[in-house]
Parts: sequence; C-alpha cells; structure tokens
Amino acid sequence: MKKIEAIIKPFKVDDIKEALNEIGIKGMTLTEVKGYGRQKGHKEIYRGAEYVVDFIPKVRIEVVVEDQQADQVVNTIREAANTGKIGDGKIFVIPVEDVVRVRTGERGPEAV
Amino acid sequence: MNSGDIAWMLCASAMVLFMTPGLAIFYGGLVRSKNVLGTMMHSFIIMGVVSIMWVLYGYTMAFGPDMGGGLLGGAKYLGLAGVGADIGPYSDTIPHILFCAFQLMFAVITPALITGAFAERMKFSAFLIFTILWTTLVYFPVCHWVWGEGGWLRELGALDFAGGTVIHINSGIAALVCALFLGKRKGYGTEQMHPHNLPLTILGAGILWFGWFGFNAGSALAANGTASMALFVTQVAAGTGAVFWVIAEWIYQGKPTTLGAASGAVAGLVAITPAAGFVGPVASIMIGGVAGVLCYGAVVMKSRLGYDDALDVVGIHGVGGLWGALATGLFACEAFGGVNGLFYGNPKQFAIQAIGAVAAIAYSLILTAIILKVVDGVVGLRIDEEDEHQGLDLSQHSEVGYRIV
Repeated sequence: MKKIEAIIKPFKVDDIKEALNEIGIKGMTLTEVKGYGRQKGHKEIYRGAEYVVDFIPKVRIEVVVEDQQADQVVNTIREAANTGKIGDGKIFVIPVEDVVRVRTGERGPEAV
Repeated sequence: MNSGDIAWMLCASAMVLFMTPGLAIFYGGLVRSKNVLGTMMHSFIIMGVVSIMWVLYGYTMAFGPDMGGGLLGGAKYLGLAGVGADIGPYSDTIPHILFCAFQLMFAVITPALITGAFAERMKFSAFLIFTILWTTLVYFPVCHWVWGEGGWLRELGALDFAGGTVIHINSGIAALVCALFLGKRKGYGTEQMHPHNLPLTILGAGILWFGWFGFNAGSALAANGTASMALFVTQVAAGTGAVFWVIAEWIYQGKPTTLGAASGAVAGLVAITPAAGFVGPVASIMIGGVAGVLCYGAVVMKSRLGYDDALDVVGIHGVGGLWGALATGLFACEAFGGVNGLFYGNPKQFAIQAIGAVAAIAYSLILTAIILKVVDGVVGLRIDEEDEHQGLDLSQHSEVGYRIV
C-alpha cells in the first residue's frame, strides 16, 4: 500500500476531491497547512507597518491506496491541481506498512 | 426638570458606557491571540474600578466646588453626598445623579484608552495600581480644570465640548510616557506582531462610532439643537477620517486596508470630540479629513521613532486630540453655539485652545512619569520574559481565548 500525500493550493480542493471520486477513491484526510517553496511569500500591511509573510496557506491531502492504484491517483491529483503557475504544490508517495480499521479490526488492503 | 432631556441623557450615558467594551473588542483584535483576554480585561475591569472611585471621591475631585485656584474640586460631594434626584449645578433640566452617571462613563473610558500603549507586556497588578493612581492624580484634576465649576481652563474660556483635551490629549500623552517607560515588547522589530483578529477590531470600531453619538451629542446635556448638530458633525468627521486615512495609505503604500478605515474613523471621532458643539458640517469635513491623514502619518512615524506604542494610542488619540483641540480654535463659530475661532476673526480663541492643550500635555507627561516610577518601585511594571512569551492570558489570568480541540 502507498500513502499519497499532496500539498496543494487551497482553492483546488474541490476539483481534486471530485477527480478522485471519479476514479473510485472513497476517502481522504485533509489538513490546512502553511509552507513555502519556490513560490515567494506575500506582504501584509497593518497601520503602515509592512510584514513579509513567508508561510503561505496550503492544503495537505492524504490518501492511502493499494500499490497498483498509486500512479493513477498521483496523476489524477496532478492534473486536477495543476494551474501552470508557480506554487501548485508537491505530491509525495510513501510506503505504508499496515492499515487497521478501528471498528472491526480488519487489517491490510481491506481496511483501507 | 425636562423629561425629554432626562430620557436622552439616560440613553447617552448607556451609549458612552458601551464604548468601553467596544474598546476592549477594538484592542482585543489588534493583539496576538495569546494576549486577547488580558487586553480585553484591561478595559473591562476599569468599568468596575473607576465606578467605585467615582462614588467615593472621584466625582467630588472633578466636579465639586472649586477649592481655590481652579485646580481641584472640593470635598462637598465625597461619597456622592447630596448628589441625587434633584437638580445639580451643571444642568437645570436633569437630575444631578444623571449628570454624575454620564460623567462617570468618561472617567471609565479615559484610562482604558491608555491600555493600548502598554498592551502585551504589563503586569496585571501594576496595571491596576497605575490605573487607580492615574485616574486619581491626572484624570480627575484635568477634568476639573476644563469642566468643573471654577476650573481654571473653563474660566479662561477653553472650549472642549466632549473631551478632546480632558480625554484624548490626556490619555494620548500618558500612553506615550507608558510606551517609553515600559520599553518595547520582546521581539519588537524582529518577530512578526500581526493583529490576530481584524474582524473583531472592525466590530469594536463600529461600537465606538455608535457610542460616540452619546459621547458628543450627550455632552450638550440636553435633547436640543446643539445635541443634534453635535451628532451630525460626529458622523461626518468619522466618515471623512476613514476615507482620508484610506486615501493616504493607498497613495503611500499602495493598498486601502480595513484596519486603516477603522483607525481613520476613530481618528475623525477623536478630532471632532472637542469641536462637536461648536462647528458646522463643512468644518467637520476638514477636521475629520485632516485627522485621517495626520494620524496615519503619526502612526507611520512611530516605527521610525522607535517607541513601541503597541496599539497606537499616541498616534490616534494624542495626535488626533491635539489636532481637534486646536481645530476647535480655528473652526468654532458663534452661530453654532460657542464663540468664534481664528477663521471667524477671533485669534484669541486659538491661543486659549493652545494653552489648554499645552497645560494638559505638560501635566499628564510629568504626573504619568512619576506614577510609573512609583508603581515600578512597588510591584514592577513588566511581566517577566517567560510570561511575556507565554502571553498575558495564561500567565496573568490562567485562561486561554481560543481553544481548538
């Protein structure tokens, strides 16, 4: 199993969710995060004082899938999240050792 | 007695009181989230502390018969003796106790304004002692000078309709001394100190604006034409202040900000306060507009001058109050109730206004410095570094403003 972790622009969340639904992904976890990479931060002004804010709000989506579906999920997210502009985000693919469904105690791919 | 006047002044008193929790919300939104409760508590607890002081000895110090020299009221109304439902010396149409209640609300908000200068770093105990001493030794006497029977500035003919000198210059200068005396917040200039909740601040500014109608129109002490004109020019000056602050920052820094609009409205309100009963609508545009630009400039200058007046009490109340006091000497017009100012051929009034302002600045400056020195010696003014890092809410009050889980 693989965990796909995508850091994306917040306004792309709905597009990605729909795209993943279409390829049969039934669940995901979403976190509001902040960070920066090649996209520069922004300026804020409060009563004449200017602040440069490095950390930009992003959303992190986590999806766990079976190995053979990982590429399809990565591509789907990439297509849905792409605006062509700097700051579109990153996708990480991480191996997952085991999954346990809390309610039933099922393990492995059935529990996803 | 006049039941119309009584009804209006009851409402106006409640409106002025509402400004203090409004100020708590205004200030609360401007600090970092770890200090939101500590900052709001400053304003809130003053509503209690000053009420007690006012009954016991405050009212008589400010409004008792003059002790001689126009400096302080005598002890006639100690414990509000003889102040009741009958007519008092300040109005023939409302009960003495109602005048006393209305004036109490002014005594409450003035020390609350200062708290913006020492926000995020003052010990709660030190704040309480400072507030009691400052209100006693600075507010009550200056209030007597300007508004008390026999007060020397009143006798001189200084115009201060609703408290430009008494409240705004007075608290603005005290704020400057506090900011200099306490020093900067830890991390000032290196860490980012953004306002944590500007919608709260906008709401607070709205409450202040609303309450200010009670403040200025109520200062007519009657439901009459002067009150109506005062209310009108208050509205115009506030609106013009907001517009001109925003224009100034848009030109200078490239963006019109909501905090700028809120701050400009307050600057306009501050500036029209001493003039409200004495000027007309066109003058109120000038007074509010200049206040917006001038106070924005003062706030921008602050970072160059290097003192940490955390919530800009000096830039808005000090500078705006000074402009208002002087502007009253320029724009006052006999047709609106007072005397003529410089622009209507009476330069003497401008000089009197300047004397009043300078006297308040000098007195507030010296007394505030002495009081801070004493309080620092007794309990220490600043919270220790670790507490400052943790925030006022937890370190001073064992509470947190926002809980996420």
